[in-house]
This record gives sequence, structure tokens and C-alpha cells, in this order.
Amino acid sequence: MDNVIRRQTPMARLLRALVYAALALAALFYLLPLAVMVLTSLKPLDEITAGTLLTLPENPTLAPWIKAWGEACTGMRCEGVGGYFWNSFAIVIPAVAISTLLGALNGYALTKWRFKGAELVFALMLFGCFIPFQVILLPMAQTLGWLGLSSSRAGLVLVHVIFGVAFTTLFFRNFYVSIPDELVSAAKLDGAGFFRIFRRILLPVSTPIIVVSVIWQFTQIWNDFLFGVAFSGHDTQPVTVALNNLVNTSTGVKEYNVDMAAAMIAALPTLVVYVLAGKYFVRGLTAGSVKG
Amino acid sequence: MKTASTLATGRAVPAGSSPGLAARLQTWLPKLVLAPSVLISLCFVYGFMLWTFVLSLTDSRLLPSYDFVGFAQYARLMANDRWWVAATNLGVFGGLFVGICLVLGAGLAILLDQRIRQEGALRTVYLYPMALSFIVTGVVWKWLLNPGLGLQAMVRGWGFESFTFDWLVNPDMAVYTLVIAAVWQASGFVMALFLAGLRGLDDSIFKAAQLDGASLPRLYWRVILPCLRPVVFSAVMILSHIAIKSFDLVVALTGGGPGYASDLPATFMYAHSFSRAQIGLGSASAVLMLGGVLAILVPYLYSELRSRRHG
Amino acid sequence: MRALTRLTTLKTSAIAVAMAGALGTGQASAGEVEVLHWWTSGGEAEAVGTLRDLLEAEGHEWKDFAVAGGGGDSAMTVLKSRAMSGNPPAAAQIKGPEIQEWGELGLLGNLDPVAEAGDWDALLPEVVADIMRHEGHYVAVPVNVHRINWLWANPEVLADAGVEVPTTWDELFAAGEALREAGYVPLAHGGQPWQDATTFETVVLSLGGSDFYRRAFVELDQEALESDTMIEALTTFKRLRGLMDEGMPGRDWNLATSMVIEGEAAMQIMGDWAKGEFTAAGLEAGEDYLCAPVPGTADAFAFNIDSFAMFRLTEQAAREAQYSMARLVLEPEFQHAFNRVKGSIPARPDLDMDEFDACAQRSMADFRQAEDEGGLVPSMAHRMAMGSDVQGAFYDIVTNYFNSSDMSADQAAERLAQAASLAL
Repeated sequence: MDNVIRRQTPMARLLRALVYAALALAALFYLLPLAVMVLTSLKPLDEITAGTLLTLPENPTLAPWIKAWGEACTGMRCEGVGGYFWNSFAIVIPAVAISTLLGALNGYALTKWRFKGAELVFALMLFGCFIPFQVILLPMAQTLGWLGLSSSRAGLVLVHVIFGVAFTTLFFRNFYVSIPDELVSAAKLDGAGFFRIFRRILLPVSTPIIVVSVIWQFTQIWNDFLFGVAFSGHDTQPVTVALNNLVNTSTGVKEYNVDMAAAMIAALPTLVVYVLAGKYFVRGLTAGSVKG
Repeated sequence: MKTASTLATGRAVPAGSSPGLAARLQTWLPKLVLAPSVLISLCFVYGFMLWTFVLSLTDSRLLPSYDFVGFAQYARLMANDRWWVAATNLGVFGGLFVGICLVLGAGLAILLDQRIRQEGALRTVYLYPMALSFIVTGVVWKWLLNPGLGLQAMVRGWGFESFTFDWLVNPDMAVYTLVIAAVWQASGFVMALFLAGLRGLDDSIFKAAQLDGASLPRLYWRVILPCLRPVVFSAVMILSHIAIKSFDLVVALTGGGPGYASDLPATFMYAHSFSRAQIGLGSASAVLMLGGVLAILVPYLYSELRSRRHG
Repeated sequence: MRALTRLTTLKTSAIAVAMAGALGTGQASAGEVEVLHWWTSGGEAEAVGTLRDLLEAEGHEWKDFAVAGGGGDSAMTVLKSRAMSGNPPAAAQIKGPEIQEWGELGLLGNLDPVAEAGDWDALLPEVVADIMRHEGHYVAVPVNVHRINWLWANPEVLADAGVEVPTTWDELFAAGEALREAGYVPLAHGGQPWQDATTFETVVLSLGGSDFYRRAFVELDQEALESDTMIEALTTFKRLRGLMDEGMPGRDWNLATSMVIEGEAAMQIMGDWAKGEFTAAGLEAGEDYLCAPVPGTADAFAFNIDSFAMFRLTEQAAREAQYSMARLVLEPEFQHAFNRVKGSIPARPDLDMDEFDACAQRSMADFRQAEDEGGLVPSMAHRMAMGSDVQGAFYDIVTNYFNSSDMSADQAAERLAQAASLAL
């Protein structure tokens, strides 16, 4: 792109400096909370009360992290948030996989096998994105009870799939709309079937949008607290619930450094996903999901 | 390719079965694949909405009951001062949140699109808040905004004794602290949407405009942004649904306070349905909330479907 | 005492076995109790842990379901969704009039066999027992008794400003001025609705007395709510704002307590769970920190009782485990261990208080006296006095009145009366 300010006139240089300054300032704004969290999690307790939020730790320590991972009490079990971490993975992985697969198939069926009323079906499903989750808590609980899935991991995965599929369908539909229909109709003429066309033609080009869908779903489900607390059993609680128990003490001294370390641990997987896959995320959005 | 397909078809239609059946199966298959998802949304979205509406007509308290009282709960809601505070707050919060996110997101995307060194790192920095829930960052935000602990104390510590930043504890300003934290979380995502949009534009647009001698700001304002209308629309939709669902944010940051000055409909509904044993009233507020969602979504879907017909 | 305990154990398990019609097995089968509670912090969790150990020593299994946050709000959400799915836990931390609400839904189990065996009618004060019964049957078991109307003070700060622990509001406001001049925050407070309501109810109790308090907050009497006494209480309550610092909105109560501990603030009005903070800071009751009734409430005792409500179970082994838990909660071992950590006093007044600190001993003495003289009142701020709908409305009014400048005391009183009338 040649639209950038290129020539190195003094004016242009000044402008360029301003651009960098603005970007750096914005970066500071975004980094501030994270910086406070990291700094606090590395300080001994007495330094936290003594200094300000951004004071560098004098005696940095990893003890809060170790405690948060394996020793801190989240209720009567004092095993840290480490164990809950795997509970979260056991919920997130199947839920993300199923909802992404369903979304891909839905998007494909809606765009490449267009039938009368397809748009209406899509509009109906889209509304699922917008329903506030607090509203469906009680009816969902009753339904899970009827299905015999209350307080089970399978039930929680089901809930996440149900309320995630609207989003994944939206992503895949908008992506597949931009893929030329000719490819598909040619294959249809050749007599290729529904699943075969999907596997051979659509799936190979879907990587960018799969990344978007997986990142979105992973973040949503990993960060969920409301469903996790209401629908999980006492031994399948996700890490957000454990974190909440750790942070929301009703009595006793608050160990802010341990709280912060636990928060960082709970946030680590989503952070890693964003840092590693962020590039593909933007690329996937470019590839079509933002278009109409 | 052709042979392969033919072979495959041969395999898909076993000898002896009627080809008509296979063909019919093929036309039904897409609908069959969609059926579970449609069924899910009919039961779990529309069914539950209907259920909520039914409850809003009852005098349900601790748990749902089915003693109907007509629209009495709506009347109570209309007479409830706190509900109006919450509804007004949603207007203020939603408007500012969506507006600021769009401006900030578009601005950052345009700046970031100027062949910036370290673009990847900056992009990650802007984007990462979207990865964190307010369950994780709520405490930090509370600290940063608290006059005695956070920014105000820090800036005063640097020698600016008269610096005041006490929005969190000021009933008239508390709702704006929600905006700050929400913008922090979502604006990076909007930036990514705009950046993706800019990257998706054809270079010829820039070239043509530059030949016309348009200045850079004018170029962006008059030519580029109008091209990005679909992006703006997607962003508005995503942002407004975040605004309506905002819940963790309020609980973590202000708890609805001081008093109930920073309450939002989502927290109002939750408080009444779950901690105050007034499921009827809570359901009525949920129905009004859903009405608000509809008011936003219907125009979107309308324009979406219309543009498809035209395109 | 030991012998009595063992006798109780024998009796109860005998009854449980008899009830199940399984005579002859002789051995109680192991069941599990799932317990939903919001005691998650270090000390509390440890204290509940003694109950688990006692239960497991009897061969039952304790399944811990702890959900913290919002003073039990999150736990209540979980409980409701569990109840909706037809899968409630065996025991849940429910208190006050909410026990009746759950009882009316027919979800709670009957604890009468345990209560008869343990003679709860004699053991528990009538006020406490009343809350635990639904339609004459025990459905819940009390864990502790908190006193709300306490004033905590840092003696060094008071001495530095040359003031005594105030016993009247005039003294408190006078002391406030002296403390301000000496550079202290007179009254530490956290501006959350429940803390505002806590302070408010102690003022009402002080100015109106326990009979007035009961008329206003338990009977929801219109006249009392709109009376001059209520308006005076509201005015005094708002005046207290002048003794607080500007950083209070949203502050957690324990941070307010640590202001008193650090010597930043002089006093705090808070229930006796505040003691946990002082103890954790290594301070000694009566020496390093002082406890006194809120001015004008020496004869009254506003209580907050935590309890476990027991849900109806069908499985016999589980019910046995549930009964064991109900019995163990009232046994001295758990009552001692739990209440010493929690800052409260045991739910049964017959227990020996020697091992408790000075404040708890005073609390127990005041409790017994107030029980005899009718000074025991349920806390409005802690969901003991009224249904959660009215209480929620009261919260809204009190906190809004306290925080905004455009509502007068008259208007607030009128709104309280209005909110009460809507609920009746």
C-alpha cells in the first residue's frame, strides 16, 4: 500500500513521531491493568500495602504463584486452582470442537445449499447470540434436570454448545458466502455429495475462519462463570469458579498477591491463545467474516 | 477429479437402491444437518423466552410458580425507581461504549495501518483484553479507579496534589467508570475488525483518491470509511450485544453502587430473580431487555437481508 | 458432657435405623452429604473443616460445594438452579425467613427425629428455634449467633485524640470532631448497600428501642416506618456520613476494619465477624482493640444467625448422613471450634465460654440478658427480619438515601412505608 506517509520531510517525520506516540500511549492504556496484576503477584504481602500499584517489587517472589497453583484454599479443599484448570480444559475442548463443527456444517448448508427460508433460519439462529445468559439460567437448569444431566460435565458442555452454535454459525456463514458458488456447483454436477463437497472443497480453505471460531469459543467458554457455577457438580467446577472462591473471601486477610497470581493463572490459556493466534485471528477476520 | 467424483458417487449409491432416493437424500441432507441447531434455538432460545414471558405474568417469588397476576409485575417495574436508573444507565453506557470503541478502534486501526514497526506486538497488546474476563481483571480495575489506591493516589504521589479522579465513588460519575473498563476490553477487538477491513480493501481505491490529490484525513473520511460500512455494522452489532449483556463488569467494578447509581438492566434482573426472590419482577425486566435487543437486531437483519437481495 | 454426647449419638442412630425399618443391621451405612456454603476463606473453611472431620469419623462422606461471592448471592443462584433441576444438595447455608420460603416450596426435609433425640427444644433459645422450624417441624440447624450492634475501636487512636468510647450519639459526634482534628477518620465504613443497612439498623435500634425496631422491621408497621422516630433515625444515620472518609463507596468491610487496625480510623460499626480481622492481625480483644455496643443499644442484641437447611432426600444412607450432620453441628466440639474462628457465639447458650475472648463472653452475657428482657431482635440488614423482597427494597432506599443528596429523611421514611405496604 502506497498510501503511507513516506517521504522524510520534517513535517512527515513529525507526523510519524506523533503516530508512534499515539500508538505507544494507547499501548500503555491497554497494558496498565496487566502490569499491575503481574507486579502485584510478584510482591510479598507487606510490600503491597506499603507501595503504590506500580511500585516495582523490592524482593520479587514466586511464592504467590506457587501458592495459587497448588496450595491456596478455594473452599475446604486447599489445592490451589491447579486442579480446576484441568476441569476447565475438560469442558472447553469438547464444547469448542462440537460447536465449531456444527457451526461449519450449518454455515455450509446455509450458503451452498440455499433453500427457501434459509435466510429466515439464519435470522432465527442469530437471535441466540443476543439472549442475556441470566435469563436462561433457571429454565436451563430445569431442562438439564429432565435430561438427567444436572451437575454433570456433559450437561455443561451441552449448554456451551447450545449457546455457542449461534456464533459459530454466524462466523462460518459469513465466510462461506464469500467463497464462489461455482466451485460447489461444478462439484454438484460431478455428482459429489453434501459431505464430500464440504470435506474436499470447503474445509481445506476454512483454516482462517476455524481459527476465528476456535479463538472466540475458547475465550467465551473458558471465561464463563455463570454457567460454570450454576451447572457444574462439586468436583467439575471450572477454574473461574475456583478463582471466584479464592478472591471473594468473606473474612480473613486478603492475600492480594495470591489473588493476582491465581487470576493470571486462570487467564493464562486465553492469553496464550490470543498472543500465539492473534495474527491468524486478524487474518481470519480479513478473510471474510466481517463482510456483510 | 471427474473420475474420482464418479467413483465416489458410485460408492455412495449402492447397486440396487433407487437413484431417486439418493437424490432426495441429497436435497434433504442440508436441512437434516441444520435441523438440530434450529431445534436447539427453537427450544432453548425461543422456548425459554416464552417461558420468561409467562413468568413475568405470574407472582413467582423464590422459584417459578404459575399464579397469574396479569401485567402487575410490569406496573411494579414502571413504578420502580431503580429500574429507571438501570435503563437510563444502559442508554448512557451503551451509547458511550459503542461510540468510543468505534472511534478508538477505527483510529488505532488507521494508525496501525501506516507500516508501523512492531505492528504484531502492538496488535497483540491492543487485542489481549478481549481474552480476559472481568472476573480476572475486576479487582485491578477497582484498585486503579479507587481514589485512595489507584490513579489518583499515583498521580498525587508524583507531585500533582490537586489531581482528582474519583468517578468510582461519585454517584453521578460511577457509570462512566464502567465505560472506561468496557472500552478497555472491547476496543482492541474493534481495532482488529477495522484493520481486517482496511487490509481487505483494494489498493486501487487509495491510488485513485491520491491521484485526485485528496489529503490523507479527507481520504480516510470520505473514501475509506464509507467502504468499511459493513465493518462498522458488524462492530456495532457485536458491541451492542456486549453492552446489553454487561454483567460481570458491573459486579466486579462498582457492584451497582454507590447506592444503585451504576446499576444496569442485567444486574437489576439478576438481583431480583436470584437474590431477592422476585422472579416475576425479574422476568418482566428480562422481557423488556429482550425487547431492547429486538429493537437493535431487527433493523440489522432487515438491512442484511435486503442488501443480499440487491447484491 | 462427653457421656451425654455419646448418648445422643446412640439415640439418634438408633432412631435413624428404626425409621428406615432396617433393625438388626446395627451398623449405620455410610452416606454422603453434599453441602453448599459460602465459607471459603482460610479461617472459615478450616472451621467448617472440623465439621467434615467429625462427619467423616462417623463413616460418612462430605462433598464440599463452596461458592463464594456477594454475601451468598452466587451460592443462592446455584441453589436455585439445583432446586430447579430437581437435584438440590443435602444441606445448604440458608438463613432467616428464607428457610420458611424454601419450606413452603416443600423442598426441606424433616429433622424432628434428630431434634427430639438432642432435645433441641430445651437446648436452643426460643427465638433461634422458631427460625429453624417450618410448620412446627425442624428443617434447619443453627450454626452460630452473630451480634450486629457492635462498635469496634482502636484504643490508641482514641487516647491520642483524648476521647473515650462513646456511649451516646452526642458523645460519638463530639468524639468525631476531636478525632478529625487529630487527623483520624472517626468512623471507618464501606459504602456497600448491606453495610449502609447494617449501620442504619443499629441507629434505629438505638433511637427507637427493641420494641420499635420490631414493629418497624419485623411487623412492617406503617405508622412506625413513617414515625418521627424513624425520621430522626434516618437523620442521625445521614449525619454519620460526616464521620466517614470519601473513599468509602464500594469498599469491602474488611478493608474498613483494617483502617481501624492500622490506626487510620478510630471506630467501625460492624457485626462481630470483624473480630476475625483483628485476630488475624495478632491483636487481643479488650486490649489492642475494644468492643462496645453501638451507642444506646447496650440492652439490645440484633442477631444474625447462620444455619444449614436440610433438603428432603429419598435415599436412606444419604438421609442418615444428613441427620448425623445436623446432630454434629450442635455438638460442643464444632460449636467451639467454629465460633471461635468466626467471631460469633455458639447457637446454644448452655456452652462454656471460658475459651472465648472477652468480646465473645460479653456477647453471650448480653444475649442471655436480652433473651430474658425481650431485647433480642433479628437483623434487617442480614436477612433475618423480613422476606428478601422487602429487604431488597429497603436496601435500595437506605443506600440511595445515604448516598444521594436529593432525598430527605421524610421522603425516605415515606418510601420505606410504601415498600413495606407493597409487600404485604
